[in-house]
Amino acid sequence: MTVLVLAEINGQDLAVDQTAKTVSAAKQLGDVVVLCAGTGCAAAAQAAAQLDGVSKVLLADDPAYANGLAEPIAQLVADIAAAYSHILAPATASGKNVLPRVAALLDVMIISDVAGIVDGDTFERPIYAGNAIQTVRSRDAIKVITVRTSSFDAVAQTGSAGVETLSVSPQNTQSKWIEDKTQASDRPELTSAKIVVSGGRGVGSEDNFELIEKLADALGAAVGASRAAVDSGFAPNDWQVGQTGKVVAPELYIAVGISGAIQHLAGMKDSKIIVAINSDEDAPIFQVADYGLVADLFDAVPELISALG
Amino acid sequence: MKALVPVKRVIDYNVKARVKADGSGVDLANIKMSMNPFDEIAVEEAIRLKEAGKIEEIVAVSIGVKQAQETLRTALAMGADRAILIVAADDVHQDLEPLAVAKLLKAVVDSEAPDIVIAGKQAIDNDMNATGQMLAALLGWPQATYASELLVEDGSATVTREVDGGLQTISVQLPAIVTVDLRLNEPRYASLPNIMKAKKKPLEEKTAADFGVDISPRLEIVTTTEPPTRSAGVRVGSVNDLVEKLKNEAGVV
Repeated sequence: MTVLVLAEINGQDLAVDQTAKTVSAAKQLGDVVVLCAGTGCAAAAQAAAQLDGVSKVLLADDPAYANGLAEPIAQLVADIAAAYSHILAPATASGKNVLPRVAALLDVMIISDVAGIVDGDTFERPIYAGNAIQTVRSRDAIKVITVRTSSFDAVAQTGSAGVETLSVSPQNTQSKWIEDKTQASDRPELTSAKIVVSGGRGVGSEDNFELIEKLADALGAAVGASRAAVDSGFAPNDWQVGQTGKVVAPELYIAVGISGAIQHLAGMKDSKIIVAINSDEDAPIFQVADYGLVADLFDAVPELISALG
Repeated sequence: MKALVPVKRVIDYNVKARVKADGSGVDLANIKMSMNPFDEIAVEEAIRLKEAGKIEEIVAVSIGVKQAQETLRTALAMGADRAILIVAADDVHQDLEPLAVAKLLKAVVDSEAPDIVIAGKQAIDNDMNATGQMLAALLGWPQATYASELLVEDGSATVTREVDGGLQTISVQLPAIVTVDLRLNEPRYASLPNIMKAKKKPLEEKTAADFGVDISPRLEIVTTTEPPTRSAGVRVGSVNDLVEKLKNEAGVV
């Protein structure tokens, strides 16, 4: 069995962590071929070739594949799909955008957010905000899967696969990229950070959220937020951790002023160590926290920053 | 212009799902059900487009059990003009797969010929995040997923999308599928007079068989289990205690 992994490309670069974790899942299913679709992404293909377990990298380089537009990329994947038993992509905004479209083009079901592989046909995935784990067996000839990257360990980068350039001539008149608004940040990326510090409604305002960012910076951590904090305008949506945001599983997760709604727990309960700081001693977050501190966050967080400094 | 808005009846957002003891699924008997929260946002957006004079008619569609009528009545009370119910299941525990739903929706699109389909990005029960994208593929239409801003003008839609790391703006030619994210709008509540009026709005009932679409599942559900539980750890008395535990007990800082 040969497995196709659609690499995660940011701009012209390979998103190494997410792709390496997806390759890790793919290795359990068979021989791994990685597809890099983008424009000017030859270096990304070289980076993908170094991922352990990859036997070949396919490079599809064309301006039509820039910016992750779903229509041409899904068509490309569907066009080469017949050679593969499984098609995988990380369950990122980009992977979740493209792969269901691929599945429908192939007339197969998408299997979203796979967190465990039982065998080549059978997969585990969380449903109901992670309140249940469903094991499903696919009857489709090609399995199209997005991978919950927090459930798999990244492969090493010691490989040396060959890169084959595909001859492509995509047509896309349906969709057009206009602009990206991404914030440049020196902080680690949320889904791959070793430490995540998240703030919730209890933080109270966008200005106060700086306190969360300062604690994160003291720890070299990524910053997260609960949906309540995002909805209240304290933090941008791409910081959202939870059922409808990102799923993280860092070594250390510090929840500050977060009550612990089930939708938030869905995004962080697989973290190795969970710390909760909340003034409400009955907050549900304490039921999953390894270390709970009942305290006013405006006292505790500055104290924590100076204790760590 | 016409907008089609698919809505799904799901477990209420505030209810915690419980796995049945026999592992056959999540218990939905006598559980409060509501419109999928993302679909409420989709209905609201369609209403705002109508209020802005961009579209003339909003058709809400639901596919599932007969009780999804209530979900459609909610959409009508919010401001949709008419509704179509496709009865495709007789047990509330039976969840139609996104591929099957997309095939049925395609049949509806073929007969209704909307200019835009506005859908929720994900249903909070199966968390698949797939129906909009699959429908777009089956129709050969462009897709703009995870919308936080939607601007409809001559023959195209400009959509700002919530993506990892920030926002992306794209333009798609109409007809197109737009799936909506949380921050697009805040859905209105239906007023009592509008709830009464909604009872008189047209609700057409069909069955999956009327469309001649194969909706048999591709995924067999082997088991549904409780996730591993996490037990509460210890309460620490002070920030210093916390730092000491993180350094010496957990070794994570």
